[in-house]
Amino acid sequence: MAPHDLRRPFKRAAISDQQRRRDLTLQRQAQGRRDAQQQARCLASTVLSLQSQSTQPEYEPDIELEPESLPDLLPEQEESGASSKDLDVRHASKLKGAEARKWFARQLMLPEWMIDVPDCLAQDWYVFARPAGKRCFVVSSNGTTVSRQRNGSILHRFPSALPNGAKTRDVSGPSQSYSILDCIFHEPDQTYYVIDMVCWRGYSLYDCTAEFRFFWLNSKLGETGACSPPSFYHKYRFSTVPIYNCDQSGLSSAYTGALPYVKDGLLFYNKHAHYQTGNTPLALVWKDENCSQYVIDTDSKGQVPSQQQVVLELQDDGKLITSDDPPVVFGCLDLDFIQKEIFYVLLLVMEVEFVDGKLEKVDLHYLGKVNRARAFPDSYSKMLEALILYEKKGKKKLTTGGIQISYAICFFEHAFSLV
Amino acid sequence: MAMEVTQVLLNAQSIDGNVRKQAEESLKQFQEQNLPSFLLSLSGELANEDKPVDSRKLAGLILKNALDAKEQHRKFELVQRWLSLDAAVKSQIKVCLVNTLSSTASDARSTASQVVAKVAGIELPQKQWPELIGSLLLNIHQLPAHVKQATLETLGYLCEEISPDVVDQDQVNKILTAVVQGMNASETNNDVRLAATRALYNALGFAQANFSNDMERDYIMRVVCEATLSPEVKIRQAAFECLVSISSMYYEKLARYMQDVFNITAKAVREDEEPVALQAIEFWSSICDEEIDILEEYGGDFTGDSDVPCFYFIKQALPALIPMLLETLLKQEDDQDQDEGAWNIAMAGGTCLGLVARTVGDDIVPLVMPFIEENITKPDWRQREAATYAFGSILEGPSPDKLTSIVNVALNFMLTALTKDPNNHVKDTTAWTLGRIFEFLHGSTVDTPIITQANCQQIITVLLQSMKDVPNVAEKACGALYFLAQGYEEAGPSSPLTPYFQEIVHALLTVTHREDAGESRLRTAAYETLNEVVRCSTDETAPMVLQLVPVIMTELHKTLEEQKLASDEREKQSELQGLLCGCLQVIIQKLGSSEPTKIVFMQYADQIMGLFLRVFACRLATVHEEAMLAIGALAYASGPDFSKYMAEFFKYLEMGLQNFEEYQVCAVTVGVVGDICRALEDKILPYCDGIMTQLLKDLSSNQLHRSVKPPIFSCFGDIALAIGENFEKYLMYAMPMLQSAAELSAHAAGADDEMIDYTNSLRNGILEAYSGILQGFKNSPKMQLLVPYAPHILQFLDSIYMEKDMDDVVMKTAIGVLGDLADTLGSNAGSLIQQSLSVKDFLNECLSSEDHMIKESAEWAKLAISRAISV
Repeated sequence: MAPHDLRRPFKRAAISDQQRRRDLTLQRQAQGRRDAQQQARCLASTVLSLQSQSTQPEYEPDIELEPESLPDLLPEQEESGASSKDLDVRHASKLKGAEARKWFARQLMLPEWMIDVPDCLAQDWYVFARPAGKRCFVVSSNGTTVSRQRNGSILHRFPSALPNGAKTRDVSGPSQSYSILDCIFHEPDQTYYVIDMVCWRGYSLYDCTAEFRFFWLNSKLGETGACSPPSFYHKYRFSTVPIYNCDQSGLSSAYTGALPYVKDGLLFYNKHAHYQTGNTPLALVWKDENCSQYVIDTDSKGQVPSQQQVVLELQDDGKLITSDDPPVVFGCLDLDFIQKEIFYVLLLVMEVEFVDGKLEKVDLHYLGKVNRARAFPDSYSKMLEALILYEKKGKKKLTTGGIQISYAICFFEHAFSLV
Repeated sequence: MAMEVTQVLLNAQSIDGNVRKQAEESLKQFQEQNLPSFLLSLSGELANEDKPVDSRKLAGLILKNALDAKEQHRKFELVQRWLSLDAAVKSQIKVCLVNTLSSTASDARSTASQVVAKVAGIELPQKQWPELIGSLLLNIHQLPAHVKQATLETLGYLCEEISPDVVDQDQVNKILTAVVQGMNASETNNDVRLAATRALYNALGFAQANFSNDMERDYIMRVVCEATLSPEVKIRQAAFECLVSISSMYYEKLARYMQDVFNITAKAVREDEEPVALQAIEFWSSICDEEIDILEEYGGDFTGDSDVPCFYFIKQALPALIPMLLETLLKQEDDQDQDEGAWNIAMAGGTCLGLVARTVGDDIVPLVMPFIEENITKPDWRQREAATYAFGSILEGPSPDKLTSIVNVALNFMLTALTKDPNNHVKDTTAWTLGRIFEFLHGSTVDTPIITQANCQQIITVLLQSMKDVPNVAEKACGALYFLAQGYEEAGPSSPLTPYFQEIVHALLTVTHREDAGESRLRTAAYETLNEVVRCSTDETAPMVLQLVPVIMTELHKTLEEQKLASDEREKQSELQGLLCGCLQVIIQKLGSSEPTKIVFMQYADQIMGLFLRVFACRLATVHEEAMLAIGALAYASGPDFSKYMAEFFKYLEMGLQNFEEYQVCAVTVGVVGDICRALEDKILPYCDGIMTQLLKDLSSNQLHRSVKPPIFSCFGDIALAIGENFEKYLMYAMPMLQSAAELSAHAAGADDEMIDYTNSLRNGILEAYSGILQGFKNSPKMQLLVPYAPHILQFLDSIYMEKDMDDVVMKTAIGVLGDLADTLGSNAGSLIQQSLSVKDFLNECLSSEDHMIKESAEWAKLAISRAISV
């Protein structure tokens, strides 16, 4: 029982550098493990196929014919359906260049034009004023934030306060976990208005209801500081949009309420609908001259031209189709034309007639190839509504049909005028 | 043989190596041939008063070593071996041992008392030898002094050996009574009193109940305090040791003794011999430790229901305590800064002063400032040094508000002293104080910066200049630079150090090449500072960090070329290799953290890996850990490309996993397996058989330090996640191990904090394994293989939830595993989850957790479960 040593560290730092190296390594490894687990966990609910086998046209409509955009890989994927299904968000987040564009171009949920008033509108639907601007996917991961437009091309690459959206030292979550927001970039105030949340910190919200997604969006976005004014690590401000139930007061708030952004129509989301890529009747858009500047095509002087333009996709059998799922076929072009033409999305001028409320007897004239940035043809409902509003403006008289649409117009005019 | 035993034992201590070796050999043979008879003759030898003391002593020592060993697994074997001996043999040995306690030869008594304690340590927990304590205490008052002394010594060792819950309170009372009476001033024999005082030190842990009783506690305290006044220095020292131990064990019971204890300690610090004075200072340091812990707990949790309230003893003693401690600072030894092992009253007093500053914060500043002002310019170096040390000591604790203005004034003085003071001791302390200034008052968390554009240049110039001073001063200058760099860690994209980066790196490398860099751990300090400078560098200086890569590689290469060194040089060389591997590790981690620098860095990857592999080939275990850590960083940076090194690296990986003795190497290697899994993903498959075999062996070994086992379980998860359903073939081995470990770790009943921590880390490892395995099998038809394990996993989750002692980390992992079950097994798990006893409560508790990570995991789990239930 000798005396006990009581020496204490003298003029020494509390932690040796070697211990620090060990600790930092353990931290890195723990983080790595968390990231890997997180990625694996998110794999489950985000297995989104590169293309849905049944509904896509056989030919890949490719507007980007840059050499690198035609990797050998792609056709192979189409042949073996299984492998293309494996391409999920996790892999997609690693895609670069043209492949990334192609993938992201398919991931937005696109509303149909409202040509009919859904049942139970007041109970089952939300409404909000759509900000005018560029619709895009904003992905934050690995210390950077990228916004991609509908065609998949990059709008901005910037640091943001979104999770892992900037290279700051604050590692609150796994560094590779990503967040994906469905946004509209509003030029006048340089703000991303978030209209939907698709993934948050690696957790997928694809198969959550709109009700849950909007709740999540509103409770989570603010926590990050993404709604704060721009700063060094946060280049653009983010903002949510006010979302209303589709009752009288909600509708009128969305329709006439004052907002910090320029409105471009109203968006309607079914509360129970999951986030579905492509056109869906569970999200609807309404535009009229009261709530949007962009109801129908206007020329540079703001005049309505004598004909409305439409963009349709040309398939290799000559069929012209809309972006709908399933697509609506509008006539054919002859095969000679196809062989000469390598652009598959065409700009056409249309003249149409209604028969029993449906577009029929379409007369289409080829105008030229579309802008390279354009990835999709128009949807049937957009054509329909544009035409009706066009006719309403007195440019052309409605011949027959179109009753439902007229009802929709009356319904909204009534609803909004009540305020 | 029995006849010869004495001679053999004496021969075993012969100065003639051959004789010794032969004797050892025959002892070994004897032991192997007939253990009971071997032990019997040893105990007989020890007890035999006619035998020479030397043979008796060695006989006792061999007996002791036959009962206990340092290594856990060996100890366990020895315990089992003793317990399985014939009862008659054991009882005969024990009689011999106890009889020896009354021997007239003090060496024989002392050895016997240790062996008795060892046997008791084995038998008492088994409820054997119940009569021991009673028989030791029987008639203790009537015993002759030398027997009394041996008996008290035995009781002391016994208390050291066994845990308090093995002895019932009645016996504890008897032991304490005997011990305290032996300590009493009325005991005239100093040997008895010393043995009693030392025995009390060990018995304090048994005295919980007695310390709760005012009268008994008063009595014990009075006796201890009286013993601090004994004329015998060893008794005084032992008595102060008791006070130190009481201060941490029974802090909350001390209030009414503090005034007396202060007077006793103050007198000892000022007047007594150094060993006693050091213990007296340690009493106050220990009180500081307690109060710092308590106040920290207050700070973290405002509910105020901390177990032990703070009595603010230090704060109350402050006006008297501070002058006492300041006096000690003037009692420096001349060359204490050059002597690694030095520990004297000035050092102890200074250390205590620093602890007091941390305990009371701002209050200390006005009490110390006059001392500093009075002494810092005195011609006697002792005064200048003491003043500087006092200043350095109070920099941690008080608020920056209180210190900033003082430090701003002092900074210039310090910089001048560091260059101009004629005394090395003063310069050493000055450089250390600068380091403390930068450590505690410089950085992004401090509002008013101490280092500004105006003085940054000067500070760096002085520090770099000081790095050319004598080794101990240069080492402290490196330390100061370390914290200077650290303060700019959060400086953002542009660091004020950028303009000096090149110069600093150059100066540090120059230090590493100094002839005398081996003294005062100067070379180590220089590399550590280089590491920190690199860690805290920004993108602006990335090109310069890149340039450092070939420089350090060349250094490492040089150490590998030197051949045939003497053993002490080999040790130095291996130390240097360790430093260089550490430095490369930091650089790799830095450059690997951003894409552009990683791409450029990777051009060196092949060469660096080549060097690391050669370091392994040198086979000097101390370096292995560093090289392994560096390789982990390289794997992390390389990603899938790392696969090209695997063929060659694998054998070293295996070697690391087999290194039971240096378990840190094993632990680090297990971590690197995880790194490689994440880097290679399924490309690791070809190596998995080897790795899994080794990991399974590690788990079943009782030689391997237990702290490595939880990370091994986590590593199962890493492997499963990397190779997915290919983990199938390991399921039949891994799952039973996980299950039995889970059962063990579900209950940490009656355990101490350390055991609870270990249990939680074990649980976390097990859960991470389950998580990885479940996720690895997701979307695979082989997922069905896991269905049979689901009930057990759920049971495990249930049980740790019920136990209510899991920490936040386990909670987060556990709720994640619940989600993984649902996620991977879908409807197969859905109904089980719904039937589970506590899952719902557990989930709700996690959902409402304050902890962000737990909440996130719980939300995910909820999603996964609702999906599993709905399908």
